[in-house]
Amino acid sequence: MKVMAPMEEQLGFRDPELAKKVADHIKSLAPSYNVKFCHVCGTHEWTITHHGLRALLPKTVEVIAGPGCPVCILPAADIDEAISLALEGVTVATYGDVIRVPASKTSLQGAKASGGDVRIVYGVGDAVKMAKKEPNRDFVFLAIGFETTAPSTAVEVLNKPPENLSFLVSHRLIPPAMELLLGVEGLKINGFIAPGHVSTIIGVKAYEMFPKVYHMPTVVAGFEPLDVLFAISMLLKQTKDGEARLENEYPRSVMWHGNVKAQQLIEKVFKTVDGHWRGLGTIPSSALVLREEFTVYDARKKYDIKIEGSRDLLPGCLCHLVIVGKINPSECPLFTKACTPQTPKGACMVSNEGTCRIWAKHKIMER
Amino acid sequence: MCLAIPAKVIEIHGNNAKVDFGEGVLRDVNVTLVEPRLGEYVLVHAGYAIEVIDRKAAEETLRLWEEILKYE
Repeated sequence: MKVMAPMEEQLGFRDPELAKKVADHIKSLAPSYNVKFCHVCGTHEWTITHHGLRALLPKTVEVIAGPGCPVCILPAADIDEAISLALEGVTVATYGDVIRVPASKTSLQGAKASGGDVRIVYGVGDAVKMAKKEPNRDFVFLAIGFETTAPSTAVEVLNKPPENLSFLVSHRLIPPAMELLLGVEGLKINGFIAPGHVSTIIGVKAYEMFPKVYHMPTVVAGFEPLDVLFAISMLLKQTKDGEARLENEYPRSVMWHGNVKAQQLIEKVFKTVDGHWRGLGTIPSSALVLREEFTVYDARKKYDIKIEGSRDLLPGCLCHLVIVGKINPSECPLFTKACTPQTPKGACMVSNEGTCRIWAKHKIMER
Repeated sequence: MCLAIPAKVIEIHGNNAKVDFGEGVLRDVNVTLVEPRLGEYVLVHAGYAIEVIDRKAAEETLRLWEEILKYE
């Protein structure tokens, strides 16, 4: 079989020579005063850390990580609900990163160790297949993720899944969280690097308010090292021009209107409500719940789940400050001491997209 | 979680397609959200194609940057 290089490499978005030129360009654009750009995607943090991009930036240009890891902001209460179902004999299926996240007393992995049936799936389609294959068993799919993931849940809900499958929906929306960041005291962001794959669904247009209402330079960016460097250059150019514009660095995957079909399916299946985010509290109009016509698939309606006094943060854990980019992971006293990738105490150390885990894996101690 | 990987569409069967992630890694993915043609590249997230990748736009992005950087 013909061996094919991954497409992004074929296209040249990892070209080190070009990266060096862009880094020089960034130096020429950097202001004498400090600027802080915020991304809101765990995959951006991974690209930046893995490729050592911060080392290429001038001292006055800082890039921080906002709440862009869906596993990190998943409320303990939602996992507590899944744990309670698993311990009552319902099979809980969810994404791999979720099962190790600490909830109030234990994790889904802990529930599995106590005899609960907890299964990892690659996507919601696998949960549908399992439920069809084992019709006498009750399945619940814990549906987490941002706008990138919500359409897949919508596709399966509309496909009339088997009656023994229901959904514990915990999808969240990114633009409301970006709005919240602008109000965080002392954070002072000078521009947004908007998340490429969330934007593939919602389109560039979803960020119009940031330059218009908040005068915040905003660039939608892809995930190759050059994509991120291009985006930083574009933000610096806007800063230099004293303008706030909405630009798209990632036109190969993101259109102005986004994926309209995916948006229509989301709209058909879900309604938008206020939502709780771990470490951030309640954000207005930031969560999706199933519309009433799909009540039969709503695990919260199907089962009588009683959860009280859920706890998002263990004592000493500073995930709530890491998640908004207020502190570096290394400023948390637990980081790589009591809290490690092997024994995570906070959600940010669990997921491959959590800032703490990315920094710990790459042995990074300062920004 | 929002990781999405490009893959080449090699077969289409209704709402499903067989795609090649490169180096011979083949998978069946759901293509309800997009309308790809054979040979096109799609972005795959958790088993669902979420967009068809516009290769011309990719080349254009790089060409534009080469142009900008030439005048440094």
